Amino acid sequence: MEALSLPAALSLVAGGGAGLSPELRAALGASLPLLQRDYRFERVWFWGCIQGVRGAYYIAQGLGPDRAAPRSRLYSLNCLDWSLLTPATEEMLALAEEVKGRFQGDPSFEYSLAEINPEAAARLVQSGKEEARLIATIEQIDRAVGIVPRGAFVKTPLGSVHENRHFEGLSLVEAKKLSSYFHFTEPTDLKNKTLMEKADLDPSTDFLNSLEHDIPQGSWSIQLEKGGSVVVLRSLLWLGLTFYHVPMTKQFGYVYFGTGEKNLDLPFML
Amino acid sequence: APEPRSAAGASTSHQPETRRDKAPRVPGARHSMDPSPESDPSHEPHSAYPEDAYEGGHGPYQPHEPGYGLDQPGYSPYEDEIPDAQARMLAIKNAKAYLLKTSTKSGLNLYDHFAAILTKILDEQPANTVDIIETISQDVKWAQFRKKMDTLRDEHLIPPTFEAAEKCKALFIKEAGEEEHEELDEEMGEPALPNVMETAFYFEQAGIGLSKDECYYIFLAFKNLISVQPIQTCRFWGKILGLEMNYIIAEVQLREGEEEEEREEEEEETVAEEEKEMGEGEEEEEQKEKEPEPPKSTYKPPPEIPKEANGTGANKYVYFVCNEPGKPWVKLPPVTPAQIVCARQIKKFFTGRLDAPIVSFPPFPGNEANYLRAQIARISAGTHVSPTGFYQFPEDEEEEEGGDTYEENPEFEPPPVAEMVESLAMWAHHVKGILKQGRCVWINPAQKSEEDEEEGEEEEEEEEGEHQEETGQPLLTLISEDEGMKNIPAWTAQASTNLIPEYSIAILQSNRWPGAYAFASGRKFENIYFGWGHKYSPESHSPALPPPAEAEFPSEPGITEAADPTVEEELAFKAAQEEALAEAEEEEEEEGEDD
Repeated sequence: MEALSLPAALSLVAGGGAGLSPELRAALGASLPLLQRDYRFERVWFWGCIQGVRGAYYIAQGLGPDRAAPRSRLYSLNCLDWSLLTPATEEMLALAEEVKGRFQGDPSFEYSLAEINPEAAARLVQSGKEEARLIATIEQIDRAVGIVPRGAFVKTPLGSVHENRHFEGLSLVEAKKLSSYFHFTEPTDLKNKTLMEKADLDPSTDFLNSLEHDIPQGSWSIQLEKGGSVVVLRSLLWLGLTFYHVPMTKQFGYVYFGTGEKNLDLPFML
Repeated sequence: APEPRSAAGASTSHQPETRRDKAPRVPGARHSMDPSPESDPSHEPHSAYPEDAYEGGHGPYQPHEPGYGLDQPGYSPYEDEIPDAQARMLAIKNAKAYLLKTSTKSGLNLYDHFAAILTKILDEQPANTVDIIETISQDVKWAQFRKKMDTLRDEHLIPPTFEAAEKCKALFIKEAGEEEHEELDEEMGEPALPNVMETAFYFEQAGIGLSKDECYYIFLAFKNLISVQPIQTCRFWGKILGLEMNYIIAEVQLREGEEEEEREEEEEETVAEEEKEMGEGEEEEEQKEKEPEPPKSTYKPPPEIPKEANGTGANKYVYFVCNEPGKPWVKLPPVTPAQIVCARQIKKFFTGRLDAPIVSFPPFPGNEANYLRAQIARISAGTHVSPTGFYQFPEDEEEEEGGDTYEENPEFEPPPVAEMVESLAMWAHHVKGILKQGRCVWINPAQKSEEDEEEGEEEEEEEEGEHQEETGQPLLTLISEDEGMKNIPAWTAQASTNLIPEYSIAILQSNRWPGAYAFASGRKFENIYFGWGHKYSPESHSPALPPPAEAEFPSEPGITEAADPTVEEELAFKAAQEEALAEAEEEEEEEGEDD
């Protein structure tokens, strides 16, 4: 979620019981603008927090002029001092697949891969540091469940993606449909649609995948909260990811408060 | 409307020539029709009027018409030669006529469209207008088409927002008879209403909790609950998220007299139900007598473990739930051991509807209300903790094993926060753990079957051998004795802040039940739960497999098929038969000889 509107946004997603303490909120209010200045970001998003057994990682993202370009990610243990994370590599993603269980809360913690899966250990050159797992997990979550409402971003003819300044929010009817929300990531098999479906699409706004066909069916819980004034989507695949949108306004965003573990039991739980 | 200065200034700084060129011109003559006035004058007539390109001689400005070539260098007002005024007027009229030409497709014309765009721009005065002029144009067109063209009125749509607001408003209205209630409460001593806001404040220090508005609505909803139900103590248990709606849960102890009444009612109900079932059974039996009897199953279900009485064990408290503050509170039924045992084996999301069926394997005995109650019992048993020493066993009673009662220790001295954070031995469970059987106090299921005279005594003896008494940890066990999972400890304790240790509070979060938290600050402590209502499992959940199929009939020598004889066996058998035949013949011959 946008760093500027953080206090308001946090109160909108607080229905799940997770949030930030006043101390951390105040710290973020001071450190995120400085982050924007030091790294020359155009926008800073507060991404959320991954809870470890002994501590928590707080994550922020910095955006450049092209909003869909890979975002710079930073983590902090106290919401004040931020360290830049390297972009996720295939190897890190493979590592994160192997490691199970909770995060420890210490970035230099080494997972002994040889114990978990000797085969994978032989394949991976990367050491099993928690920092690598953190990077991969953030990437996975962003790819799988980082979402925006339809029309909030437009693709210019030059290929870059910008905020749509004419986005006025989804209507209440649209806001209740999964098809009005898009994965904010590199689209896959976008062309694979029937003519009927394509008829309603607009190439400048519909350049992303919608949530409609997410697997498994029903991996989102969509609710109207605060007496119907805010739409809240909760991912059931990555428990802890909450998206909010106030219909008919530009306010939207997502935040993750969780343990950084994928809910593999989902098919049995629906 | 005044001209936007910034925009005008910006354009001067960028392209001074164009400004000089444009400003004095009459609007409509050649404004935005001309993409590049200075670039290539020789090509201009063609590029300025695209219709010329394909319509040959039918454009609005034919060379013979007056006004043609107004944009040629010679006709510019800045040239020395000022054109004839009449010719200019005509040219302007022509241009306007062209701009006013209505599109055959949309019914719009360019003149009105420009006017609308300019009005919009001047009204809204956006920054960097030139960059977004296309979008503005598009917007204006959109607005045209959105106009409602038919004369039927729209049905007045009432958004759900208002309905919800109505409900919330109802929470604020003070009832007429409420003052009397308050007086009663004073007589009773302890106020029944929990201070939800205070609890929320402490949890907020750790970043846990709902928004303030929602908390206050819940607070008011609790007040309503207390005014309706005969409640002795009440507590905000937490919130369980569901797919469609969420549950707000109140943990309640009813006043003693009332509770018994309710119990009696329930018993009556159950008796009535049993009678009904009995009646149905008899009817069925009558029908069966006419038909040939099907083989009866010899399977006898294991004796049902009786549920704990209200006010004890897992049913110590009564729980009320509602989906949103302002909606009616619903009382959850008491939990049975079978439900707890089954709830341990399944993992399902709540939907938010209490009457929703639970589709699972093994089949869950009951609907979502029962499942919710079972999960509440499990979470309470696992995560309700208090600072060690805050509660003690009552002194006058003998210390029984598995005593269910405790009382506040008046001499309890709160340990400093640093100690509460460092050592898990500073916390103790004040809710009894649930045994494998699904009860807090173990009961021998065979004992009950003795009462049933139908069952044979032999079986009872066997069963008694099978059932070993389960013992759980006694009440007020330290949480440092809780087992972790793999390498994950059961609890994580931390202080709410390290910057101001004087005012920090101790926060404890359960790793077994993600979402369960406790805080302690001085003599104050509280437990709360926010989450999906599932236990953390380090391994992936694997549903129980169906039991192996029953054998159809016992395998006995008379039923099982014999193995086919081999050739050798057959030959040997044949030889033996022939020998026997030969012997018989010999005997016959002998007999014949005798005759």
